[in-house]
Amino acid sequence: MGQLDQQLGALTAPPKTVIEVDGRAVEGLDTVGVWLLENLLQRLRAEGHPVQLEGWTSQFSKLIELISERTKTPLPEMPAEKMLARMGQATIATGEQALALLAFLGESAVALAGNLAHPARIRWRPVLHNIGSAGFDALPIVGLLSFLLGIVIAYQSSGQLRQFGANIFVADLVGLSMLREFAPLMTAIIVAGRSGSAYAAQIGSMSVSDEIDAMRTIGIMPIDLLVLPKIVGLMIALPLLTVFADVLGVFGGMIMARTQLGIGFEDFLERFNKAVSVTSYLTGIGKAPVFAVIIAVVGCFQGLRTRGGADSVGRQTTRAVVQAIFLVVVADAVFSVVFSILNI
Amino acid sequence: MAESESVIEISHLATRFGQHIVHSDVSLEVRRGEIFAIIGGSGSGKSTLLREMIMLHRPDAGTIKVLGQDLQALEAAEALALRQRIGVTFQQGGLFGSLSVLENIGLPLREHTALNSSVIDEIAAWKLALVGLAPETAQQYPAELSGGMNKRAALARALALDPELLFLDEPTAGLDPDSAGGVDALVLKLRELFGLTVVMVTHDLDLLWQVADRVAVLGDGKVQGVGSMAELSALTHPAIRQFFDGPRARTAAMEGKEQAWKAK
Repeated sequence: MGQLDQQLGALTAPPKTVIEVDGRAVEGLDTVGVWLLENLLQRLRAEGHPVQLEGWTSQFSKLIELISERTKTPLPEMPAEKMLARMGQATIATGEQALALLAFLGESAVALAGNLAHPARIRWRPVLHNIGSAGFDALPIVGLLSFLLGIVIAYQSSGQLRQFGANIFVADLVGLSMLREFAPLMTAIIVAGRSGSAYAAQIGSMSVSDEIDAMRTIGIMPIDLLVLPKIVGLMIALPLLTVFADVLGVFGGMIMARTQLGIGFEDFLERFNKAVSVTSYLTGIGKAPVFAVIIAVVGCFQGLRTRGGADSVGRQTTRAVVQAIFLVVVADAVFSVVFSILNI
Repeated sequence: MAESESVIEISHLATRFGQHIVHSDVSLEVRRGEIFAIIGGSGSGKSTLLREMIMLHRPDAGTIKVLGQDLQALEAAEALALRQRIGVTFQQGGLFGSLSVLENIGLPLREHTALNSSVIDEIAAWKLALVGLAPETAQQYPAELSGGMNKRAALARALALDPELLFLDEPTAGLDPDSAGGVDALVLKLRELFGLTVVMVTHDLDLLWQVADRVAVLGDGKVQGVGSMAELSALTHPAIRQFFDGPRARTAAMEGKEQAWKAK
């Protein structure tokens, strides 16, 4: 078809002659073909040649008539947005979302307070189910990744420590970094990817299939049945997962310490006991409920904002994970600053 | 005859989405025991109106009274009590995908009554049979059912608490003619059995002629006409004419009038 277009474009004729367009040999004509033909006819007419159509079957003639009736209405031009305008719009949209997220956090807090005031209203089965799916089911992946992280930390630092003959301090290093920072942060990021996306996807697809509206009309508030059990379940599960990550991370460090630095398990643990105080452990675990609230609230928030079809569910799920991870890392930074000010 | 008490009273309703005005001045009234249909072209605000009647959306002006209660003035507890007196089915069915059909139907009972679990299951099974579903469907999940069965199951769930008022959003959309005919018959049967008042939003001409007592046509943000299909066919507003002109509309009208004639 492309070639035909070029060939037709190349045709010329002496001026003022009548052009006969003979269609007797044409066997098939589709809409693209007729469009090319119409282009040709219009060009010829514009150049001042009267045009005659000969020998076209009635069916093809109808097609040609159809396209000639089509007045060329220019497509509405979408103004190309300047980059600054786009940046401005994106900033406003982000601000509006942040405000809406804050409002949703408030709504959830009020609902939670309401449930605590009337304990009979608490839906235990969904809470337990969430502890199972977000917590227990995540044990293998959290354990494995923490273990590997512990190995990496110990391995990377072993080179430096060996130079100074400070091998034993690997216990301090692995212990403090794991318990204070890496285990809580890593666990939160893994759970944000696993559960944050699951929450957004579940609520999002329910929203698309009218299930959220149906729930409201039956007299069940979505925030009670869907959102609160997830928040509560995750607030219970994430600290426990963090403890598990602590143990496996340190264990990974211990193994590397033995193979790379020749420090036996007993020596490691003795040093670990001296160097790592309970405070370090508690600051790590203490971050977990905050991370849990962030992950669950952002996941449910984005799920409830789903409008449209499957495409929207995918977009919202992505947003949920990215925003949750972002906010978790920001929260971690804030914690670091606060703890250093408080000298904890 | 049936009392002509008003079950729904809507006066001077206005709804806007940003700059787009959906309703400018909508007023209508639904009487007890009647099957009332709301029709109109695409984008005329039918679904929004339905959502406002079932408290999923707040209008910008005007009042809606359902079962004698002003929706704007309700406290949370009163709203919850009102919700238990109405049943709603949605265009997509609205069944909960993670629950079986029986659990879906029993959910309102579990939520709002203190009945025994086995009693709830039995009542749910009865409602299942009432809407014409086979007992085997009880343990199936919504994803495993056909469109027609989904709509029936959703109807059974809407009837779980024996509501006085039933709202149906496009009850026959996407159904094959046989299933759609089944829905027609089912709505009529339920109205007879339970004295239900039914409000439905639909495009289905056959449903309108066969089942609806009165029909309101929405267009240009207002109600352009209210009355039985026969009464509406005499009006001239373009929003109304599309339902009576054209080959499909005329055939449906013929069938409908024939049925009414036979029933006499």
